[in-house]
Amino acid sequence: MTIRQMPALETRNLNLHYGTNHALKNISLCISENFVVALIGPSGCGKSTYLRLFNRMNDMIDGVRIDGDVLFNGKDIYKSNLRVEHVRKKIGMVFQKPNPFPKTIFENVAYGLKVNGISNKKFIEETVEKSLKQAALWEEVKDNLKKSALALSGGQQQRLCIARALAVEPSVLLMDEPASALDPLSSAKIEELIYELKKKYTILIVTHNMQQAARVSDKTAFFYLGQLIEYNDTKQIFINPKEERTQNYITGRFG
Amino acid sequence: MNSFEIHALKQRTKNITFQVAAIIGLLFAVIVLLLLLINVFEDGWQRLSLQFISSYPSRKPEVAGIIAGLAGSFFMVSLAALLSVPVGIGAAIYLEEYGKKNRLGKFIEINIANLAGVPSIVYGLLGLGLFVRWFNLDRSILAGSLTMSLLIMPVIIIATREAIKAVPQGIREASYAVGATKWQTIWHHLLPISFPTILTGIILAISRAIGETAPLITIGALTYVTFLPKSIHSEFTILPIQIFNWVSRPQQAFHENAAAAIIVLIAFTLMLNSIAIILRNKFSK
Repeated sequence: MTIRQMPALETRNLNLHYGTNHALKNISLCISENFVVALIGPSGCGKSTYLRLFNRMNDMIDGVRIDGDVLFNGKDIYKSNLRVEHVRKKIGMVFQKPNPFPKTIFENVAYGLKVNGISNKKFIEETVEKSLKQAALWEEVKDNLKKSALALSGGQQQRLCIARALAVEPSVLLMDEPASALDPLSSAKIEELIYELKKKYTILIVTHNMQQAARVSDKTAFFYLGQLIEYNDTKQIFINPKEERTQNYITGRFG
Repeated sequence: MNSFEIHALKQRTKNITFQVAAIIGLLFAVIVLLLLLINVFEDGWQRLSLQFISSYPSRKPEVAGIIAGLAGSFFMVSLAALLSVPVGIGAAIYLEEYGKKNRLGKFIEINIANLAGVPSIVYGLLGLGLFVRWFNLDRSILAGSLTMSLLIMPVIIIATREAIKAVPQGIREASYAVGATKWQTIWHHLLPISFPTILTGIILAISRAIGETAPLITIGALTYVTFLPKSIHSEFTILPIQIFNWVSRPQQAFHENAAAAIIVLIAFTLMLNSIAIILRNKFSK
């Protein structure tokens, strides 16, 4: 007997336009809880746009039109009465370029708690420590929490951004090429981290690195020209893709 | 010489020519300014004294002073800044962060840029019609400040917009991504990060306000004032009007007074600009 698990994230017949540009075409996709899903595809295929749907980051761009359903735990995050700030708190995001605030390391991680009205000092301190540990940064910064975040290296900054996202206890983590601006060593550290995090979080990761997608994800979605070409178990996609376009892309014949 | 060498020589000549032209331009600007300063200092420095700064104007040039103009300038500019800074920053935040970047937004943007370039006498006429006559504020310090705040507001709006625009998009995204509202993002990140630049814009706007004469002559600020402003409804004069008044007298002694007053005005402006630089360096660390 199998219990049909409700997907953590889901889109149904989703279309997105930037002005006259039809950027996402009729995309239906289910993402189960505690899965890591990699979104791959050539630049401009819509995978980042798709990722940013889930925490409503596209709202900031003028002229965006969204049709279809975007569900988070069964609730439509655009049409239901969920506040956008609440959605973003539950669905955290890590960006391509590390973007720490020009504040101290501590303030960076504590910021999400502050804006969500938490002022209990002890709780904040504990959460900062816990989040930094989860992001595998605690050992490197524990004596320098008052130092400016901008003094950290690129790889450390990115882990700080992950800690900042984790501090508000999201259930989903969106990662937009989180390792592409980093050196191979830092990049490997982020990958290890994703491996650890998937025990607790549902993770959506956009990546241009095929090996990375193959290593860290359970499922892979291949986007091309705004369409979802194929979505399957990562093994299937990389070993035996059904679509020729997927095959061509992952073997490097185009894209 | 082969063609590569000829090309390199040509480029080097161009390079040097441009450098020389730039240096000549710089020297010209600096020398003209220096001559002006030397000229003013020669005429005015022996009139500079505590008595000169603390006395009211008089028919006798040797006992006349600038306290009325100095106080008027100070109050008028402070009040104008108090009025225009919050409104200007607010308008800039709205245009940059809340308003849609559509046709209307573009139209407003162009118009604000134009307003910054409107001759100041036009603001004087507006102030005369609107504040002095229609609002019945008379030739009060309030009417002067309101007029002046209109004059410097576009400058503040433009400076603030540029400063906010220069904050990397990543900061906004990072803030929104942890659940911050728009206002929290503006208050916690955008304003603190852009503060040094905004401050510079404000102080430059204020320096401009201190030097402006035409709009206040238009709204009827007095030229001969022997009292300090008691309230925002007092009549008043300002330093540039005092200077203008002295320069237009035939006696040489009044011209010396004017020169001395110019020194005070320049010192005042320089001081403000230095404060702007110091604050900017302090906060941008």
